[in-house]
Amino acid sequence: MKFFELFGKYTLFVLSLFKRPERRKVFIKQTIHEMNSIGVGSFGIVSLISVFTGAVSTIQIGVQLIDSLVPGYILGRIVRDSNILEFSPTITCLVLAGKVGSNIASELGTMKVTEQIDALEIMGINSANYLVLPKILAGMITIPLLVTYAMALSIIGGALSGMGSELISIDDYVKGLRADFKAFSISFALIKAFTFAYLITSVSAFHGYRTEGGALEVGQSSTKAVVYSAVAVIIFDYLLSEILLSV
Amino acid sequence: MIELKNIVKKFDEKVVLDEISATFLPGKTNFIIGASGSGKSVMMKCMVGLLTPDKGQIFYDGIDFVALDYNQKKEIRKQIGMLFQGTALFDSLTVEDNVAFPLRMFTRMSEAELLERVNFCLQRVNLMNVNKLFPSNISGGMKKRVGIARAIALNPKYLFCDEPNSGLDPLTSRLIDELILEITREFNITTIINTHDMKSLFDMGENIVYIYKGKKEWEGEKSNIRNSGNEKLLEFMRASEF
Repeated sequence: MKFFELFGKYTLFVLSLFKRPERRKVFIKQTIHEMNSIGVGSFGIVSLISVFTGAVSTIQIGVQLIDSLVPGYILGRIVRDSNILEFSPTITCLVLAGKVGSNIASELGTMKVTEQIDALEIMGINSANYLVLPKILAGMITIPLLVTYAMALSIIGGALSGMGSELISIDDYVKGLRADFKAFSISFALIKAFTFAYLITSVSAFHGYRTEGGALEVGQSSTKAVVYSAVAVIIFDYLLSEILLSV
Repeated sequence: MIELKNIVKKFDEKVVLDEISATFLPGKTNFIIGASGSGKSVMMKCMVGLLTPDKGQIFYDGIDFVALDYNQKKEIRKQIGMLFQGTALFDSLTVEDNVAFPLRMFTRMSEAELLERVNFCLQRVNLMNVNKLFPSNISGGMKKRVGIARAIALNPKYLFCDEPNSGLDPLTSRLIDELILEITREFNITTIINTHDMKSLFDMGENIVYIYKGKKEWEGEKSNIRNSGNEKLLEFMRASEF
């Protein structure tokens, strides 16, 4: 019952966002500011995670294929598919649920408890539209870009670790990357990234926006934002795979 | 002028405001006084539209604010300035951008005109050379003054002040009081001050509404307060003697 109540409140919150912005110029400026915060601010952590995800997946898969009758280039193909289809979009977004989600929730939560959101409302500004919509839009632009970057970097990380550990030659790795390549894999990863970006930003904003109380409640909202967005990402990861891949 | 008629506000079954009617006059400092938990803040939140009363009407110069739709309320809200207890300055913006915020949102001023208006408002509250500082870099009294500057930026007809002196030293408190009084008279604003600071009330109060446990106990001019004959109000005043 509580879930349905929460879901209803979330739906109403989302509906309240989609109104015409008060001033287009201010809205664009806000969106660019948020793109910088979400996108550029997450560049370092996404780079680190992607390189290591690619490197680790190459070693783990390579070790299992060693001495088997499977041709060497298959390792490159498995690394490509696992990173493009799953690791890059999902792991990147789970990390962003922690970093971006907690940031959004604590920022909005602090604004709520210090009456900054009330100040906007009294001025006649739709605070949800002014504060939250640019974050969602910025997330939906920058997170897919980060995921695309993560895909490329994880494949590079895989190549480096494969060659470094002598599990595969660069020629075989590249041959594997090109073997039976389906462009839909990229589309699928980007569909996931768009969906996850929306979930992370909107769920986190929802929890931040409904904070009541003080510093303790801001912390609790931040934790809830991370947990609920991560759970939403995992559930939608399954649903999208089921809908788009199992045809 | 703002008029309240039979305002009732409940939270679940608890009645927080019980049939309150009051009148707040333009060009005067109208005080809402009462003990903590008496319903002052809820009353102010109903008046500015942050809460919707369960019953009753709130008239802004004859227009029933409660009955208006969101967009119509927005037009009234543009004429409202509010000084919050905790100032509610946007901490990601500089002092200049805080004061400029309502101007950027609701006017078509050029950047030069905007800066001129911001500087006028800051000078009006005796603040200079703080434009580029962030709220975290200025004192509590300065934050209150920036809050007033932001509140008057759009030339409001109605100014709401929630506990304007809380957390300030006596000298800064007096400064803020004088500033609110001057601005009220200068721009003929309907100013409503929510406080339990009796010193402030005796220094600058004109019209007074006393709230006790969600009910209006007394309303009148400051000159009549000592002869009000209302035992609860007199008790409240005696408890606040300084």
